[in-house]
Amino acid sequence: MFKKFSHGTIERNVILLAVLTLITVSIGGLAQIVPLFTVETTIERVQGIRPYTPLELMGRNIYVREGCYACHSQMIRPFRDEHERYGHYSLAAESMYDRPFQWGSKRTGPDLARVGGRYSDDWHAAHFRDPRALVPGSVMPPYGFLDRPLRGIHNIEAHLRTQAGLGVPYTAEMIANARADLLAQARPEAEGNGFEERYPNARRAVFDGNAGTVTEMDAIIAYMQMLGTLVDFRDVTPEQLRQQ
Amino acid sequence: MAIASAAGSTGAPVARPAPTYVEGPIRAFAIAIMFWGIVGFLMGVIIASQLAWPLLNLDLEWTSFGRLRPVHTSAVIFAFGGNALLGTSLYIVQRTSRARLYGGEEMGWFLFWSYQFFIVSAALSYVLGYTQGKEYAEPEWFIDIFLTVVWVIYLVAFVGTLMRREEPHIYVANWFFLAFIITVAMLHIGNNISIPIHWGSGFSYSAPAGVQGAMIQWWYGHNAVGFFLTAGFLGMMYYFIPKQANRPIYSYRLSIVHFWSIIFLYIWAGPHHLHYTALPDWAQTLGMVFSVMLWMPSWGGMINGIMTLSGAWDKLRTDPGLRFSVTAVAFYGMSTFEGPVMSIRAVNSLSHYTDWTVGHVHSGALGWNGLITFGALYWLVPVLWSRARMYSTKLIEWHFWLATIGIVLYITAMWVSGIMQGLMWRAYDELGFLQYSFIETVEAMHPYYAIRVLGGVLYLTGALLMAWNMYKTITVGVAPEALGEAQRAPAPAARPAAAPAE
Repeated sequence: MFKKFSHGTIERNVILLAVLTLITVSIGGLAQIVPLFTVETTIERVQGIRPYTPLELMGRNIYVREGCYACHSQMIRPFRDEHERYGHYSLAAESMYDRPFQWGSKRTGPDLARVGGRYSDDWHAAHFRDPRALVPGSVMPPYGFLDRPLRGIHNIEAHLRTQAGLGVPYTAEMIANARADLLAQARPEAEGNGFEERYPNARRAVFDGNAGTVTEMDAIIAYMQMLGTLVDFRDVTPEQLRQQ
Repeated sequence: MAIASAAGSTGAPVARPAPTYVEGPIRAFAIAIMFWGIVGFLMGVIIASQLAWPLLNLDLEWTSFGRLRPVHTSAVIFAFGGNALLGTSLYIVQRTSRARLYGGEEMGWFLFWSYQFFIVSAALSYVLGYTQGKEYAEPEWFIDIFLTVVWVIYLVAFVGTLMRREEPHIYVANWFFLAFIITVAMLHIGNNISIPIHWGSGFSYSAPAGVQGAMIQWWYGHNAVGFFLTAGFLGMMYYFIPKQANRPIYSYRLSIVHFWSIIFLYIWAGPHHLHYTALPDWAQTLGMVFSVMLWMPSWGGMINGIMTLSGAWDKLRTDPGLRFSVTAVAFYGMSTFEGPVMSIRAVNSLSHYTDWTVGHVHSGALGWNGLITFGALYWLVPVLWSRARMYSTKLIEWHFWLATIGIVLYITAMWVSGIMQGLMWRAYDELGFLQYSFIETVEAMHPYYAIRVLGGVLYLTGALLMAWNMYKTITVGVAPEALGEAQRAPAPAARPAAAPAE
């Protein structure tokens, strides 16, 4: 049978050529993608990962909108120098609710996976408005326009509901309180009404230094300040980190 | 054997008259290639300048690097490259099948205008802040659905034309185009599954998250290179180089091996974009192993392209259009060697996140995709507008050297900056502390970023010369001073094996 095989058969039949091509190009992707959904140890079993607060989520969406991933990675590799510069290597668990993932592929600027808590809110606000005022050699564009009111707050329930539909553990209570939680995080003087319980370790602050309005600056700084802070690596065991 | 059947079945000249081919939309595609090429190169020069001189971000949201970068990448890949692929594939499938385009003129014009609409809406959406935040897959869900519809119609037109072919065999260029169309459809749908927050919103969340999202993205991303920028452009190579050199393809058997091995192996290479990340090691290892194997079919293709010039090497002296195509294949060989090297984890630990990657991409994009498209256009424009040849051969020579020197400046600057920055990040002083702060490694990049801008300007200048040459060819014809030189050689009567039908 194989002796008689001629590639000419495939070359004379468009449908056969198309079907064989489709099969050939499907194999690699199936082999690499499907196990990532089925092998449970793909995501490390660490404590502390929670969904983004509504304000952090809006900040993250601004990060995506501005294309920050073109210059900043959020993926620390397990090397000595990266450990010293940025901290513990990044876990799959730490981006398990990231839609889209923002690991990045280029470090024109530094990695941001653990930037949370390394600088003050004021530093971030001043740096976003004029990066070269704080870091003279920086090539980052200025983002002063983020001082405008945060738009789309009225849609925040829809954001959480969509994420919940995709498997993020936003509860009905979180969705119902989304707008209040968003405002509560940017207005630390007001009542939290359960914000702290719904989002453990989330910090409430006037992130942009302007108490009057909730701005895009508030949102993106809230996001910056939580990056890499959810897992307490003092409590993590090697067994939890094992990935298969 | 297959070789014999391919040659024998079409050996005798066919007396049937050639069908009337659809050419109007192809002419429009040719102009669109040139137009979007210049837009894409210009955007590249602008964002490269922003990295060297950040004041050029202009302090406006619409002109910041983060929003313009996808405009540049989409303009060169999907607008310049996409128009090149659609235009040449629709030209080639008709000629090599001796069949009129399925759907006729209307189909051609529909594909042309709907594809331009896709490009313009994608670019506008990035500038206005609509993006999925995944590299080379930035368009939001509503644009993705539109492109899916257009793409399926493109597949129908292509397959439909093949099905009404008068030639018994499907010519090798069409295998590559078919694989490109099918696989890009699979990748595009697979990587863009997302849910809008509500149906009136342009904003969506991608269905996969985190590590799965990363794997799917780079399955897509690397095969945008593998099938959009490689398989499709190999289809161009398999038609235009035999036509320009007036020689059959070097090895028919090699083209079979080349085709099946490259489309099988490429799909596995995605994880090399995720070395040392939170992607499990088994997936990284698979990605590395298949990427290294990919070197072989890539060079098989390069050899098949370059060796097609056997017996016609002298044409390199007289036909600068052919020089573009052959140099393109040489750059293809270089970057498909560099790629496997960079996919080795130990090398990648240095190269990843640095400009080395950017330089690698550009040796492929500027060297392979750009030059082979220019070579194809220098052959195609006189054919499409019934001119003896391009308006000015001298301008083609100028374009060739400007483009080549521009690429060399670009990629050498990125080698130096990338390797230097990678080494600076991991450098320790004698006391065991990190030697450089991050910002010191950024400041060290400045001279190389300026050199890159110069390289890009040279490349853009060459393209502007080409646009002028094309304009004069279309409106005037051959320059008066060039008349009297040797005319294009007439086609030989007997067609050798493995050569395009027309």
